[in-house]
Amino acid sequence: MNEILETKGATIRFGGLTAVDGVDLVQKKGEILSLIGPNGAGKTTLFNLLTGVYKCTSGNIFFDHKNITEMKAHERTKLGIARTFQNIRLIRSMTVLENVIIAHPDCNEEKFMDALFRPKKTKEIRRKVVEECEALLEIVGLCDMEDEMATSLPYGKQRLLEIARGLATKPMLLLLDEPGAGMNNFEKEELTTVIRHITDVMKITVLIIEHDMKFVMGISDRIIVLDHGQKIAEGLPEEIQKNSRVIEAYLGSGEFKDEEE
Amino acid sequence: MSKIKELINKIKKIRLSKMQKLVALIALIALIVAFPYMVNDKYTIHVFILCAMYACLTLSLNLIIGWSGQFSLGHVCFYGMGAYVTTLLMMNFGMNFFLATLISIVFTSTFAMLLCLPTLKLRGDYLAVITLGFGEVFRLFLTNEVDLTKGPAGIPSIPDPVIFGYAIKGKQAYFYFIMILLVAFIAFMKKFNNSGFGMAMMTVNEDDIAATAIGLNTKKYKLLGFGIGGGMAALMGSFYAVYMGMISPTSFAYAESIKMVSMVVLGGMGSIPGSILGAFLLTALPELLRAFSEYRMVLYGALMVVMMIFRPEGMWSRASRLKNEYKIKAEK
Ligand SMILES: Nc1ncnc2c1ncn2[C@@H]1O[C@H](COP(=O)(O)OP(=O)(O)OP(=O)(O)O)[C@@H](O)[C@H]1O
Ligand SMILES: [Mg+2]
Repeated sequence: MNEILETKGATIRFGGLTAVDGVDLVQKKGEILSLIGPNGAGKTTLFNLLTGVYKCTSGNIFFDHKNITEMKAHERTKLGIARTFQNIRLIRSMTVLENVIIAHPDCNEEKFMDALFRPKKTKEIRRKVVEECEALLEIVGLCDMEDEMATSLPYGKQRLLEIARGLATKPMLLLLDEPGAGMNNFEKEELTTVIRHITDVMKITVLIIEHDMKFVMGISDRIIVLDHGQKIAEGLPEEIQKNSRVIEAYLGSGEFKDEEE
Repeated sequence: MSKIKELINKIKKIRLSKMQKLVALIALIALIVAFPYMVNDKYTIHVFILCAMYACLTLSLNLIIGWSGQFSLGHVCFYGMGAYVTTLLMMNFGMNFFLATLISIVFTSTFAMLLCLPTLKLRGDYLAVITLGFGEVFRLFLTNEVDLTKGPAGIPSIPDPVIFGYAIKGKQAYFYFIMILLVAFIAFMKKFNNSGFGMAMMTVNEDDIAATAIGLNTKKYKLLGFGIGGGMAALMGSFYAVYMGMISPTSFAYAESIKMVSMVVLGGMGSIPGSILGAFLLTALPELLRAFSEYRMVLYGALMVVMMIFRPEGMWSRASRLKNEYKIKAEK
């Protein structure tokens, strides 16, 4: 009863290439689920199907027991699905704080007529928006950089800012696409703390794509492995580590290595 | 060139206190009121009226190009539609100017959104070509629908606007009228720029995938960009009609669209001061260089190429939001 996300045979084809091929997936509320697989396995494409950037060629997606397969991307966000991007997509011309503010529903649903003719009410709402967004920056540890331009931040911090922006949409489910890429070990530990805070304190369910095995094994409740668009394994971290098909898929691509060295 | 850059950056950084702002405002009002008495020359006042009118038009086009990110080359269509609808309502139904203008704004803005609808999926060059074409179709319509628009001869003797029994008449009155409009346009654009709505539109412009991921309906903002920009242009068209006292299709040829685009590009896309600067320069300079008027289009073209190469962001580029305006406004 408490599934938040479910896909049934999710498939997308780009010409001759089936990037995601009949993937069945179930995620429970509060569970930290990770999606791993070699480069080009279809992980990001699956995220794009979940968020509506692409539509399924066949199969269905359910979010909070509603069939959202045909729903538009921005409607899915309003329903409670937020995401970050593997190739960071922050707004260059805006400050750190503004990058979070634009995602806050009370900011982007602000009536322009109100802004023109009801300054008092608008000001009150804006004050609340700023307060809440600053609190989110505090959570990801960026509150003393709110006045800087978003793209002047180092890579790792930009990824954290994308997380704060995702949180500002008030999601139930947050999809993180390689949140640890470009971070050093210390930053990755901070990232773990942030993700724990999001799931434990904010009660938001998190789905993660990540290549760093140590990080994945440490944080995940459960792991799903994709290869060539298909789900080849699913289970607890220790089961996945021992799974021969997984090892083979990674060995084939020469990628399964402890990223510490 | 770098000296000018430095100077502009210096001006950008000036922050006035409340008291200074008040003094500056009073001085500005005094200057505007005194201006027609000071120059006391009809031609100069006329040039300034045109400058201010083009500043408003440039702001309206910049909202479409610089804020909503759609390269429209057919702005003259909305400008002309505003002029014709207002004029026809005034002449055929004896309607008051202000009511007629209101209707013409709503009409044009609806039309602009309908025009935008099929072009939503188009990008850059395609949209530019389609809007350019549409401007021409509109001009041909004006020329050929003789029954409605009186054709190429145009519509003469448009009455002056009447407000509270007082008719706006003569250069001086029109000068004050356009200054009030310009100030209103600037105030409107500033509010827009710092509102949640304006920030959302900029987000859609910069990255539509990121925009949908934070819950923004990109189509809505593109449509409204055209709708608002078109409506503002219609207001200026209405002003133009009563100010000139006559309109004809030749005032709304595609060259006019090109001129406005040049003003946007020269001034700076997405920049309020840039729009005003671009409009004043490109309106006043050709007047000063009357002798070269035949080469005007060539000059525009050359100027655009030079700008694109050396300063693609325009003279006064969008102050890439140096401060958290949204927060500052919320806490003041
Ligand atoms: N829009 C598209 N058009 C055509 N092919 C695409 C498109 N998007 C993705 N693909 C292809 O789908 C496959 C899966 O790509 P995807 O980005 O989902 O991989 P990934 O698992 O996220 O890999 P990585 O770990 O490198 O991020 C790739 O072969 C890619 O080239
Ligand atoms: Mg990927």
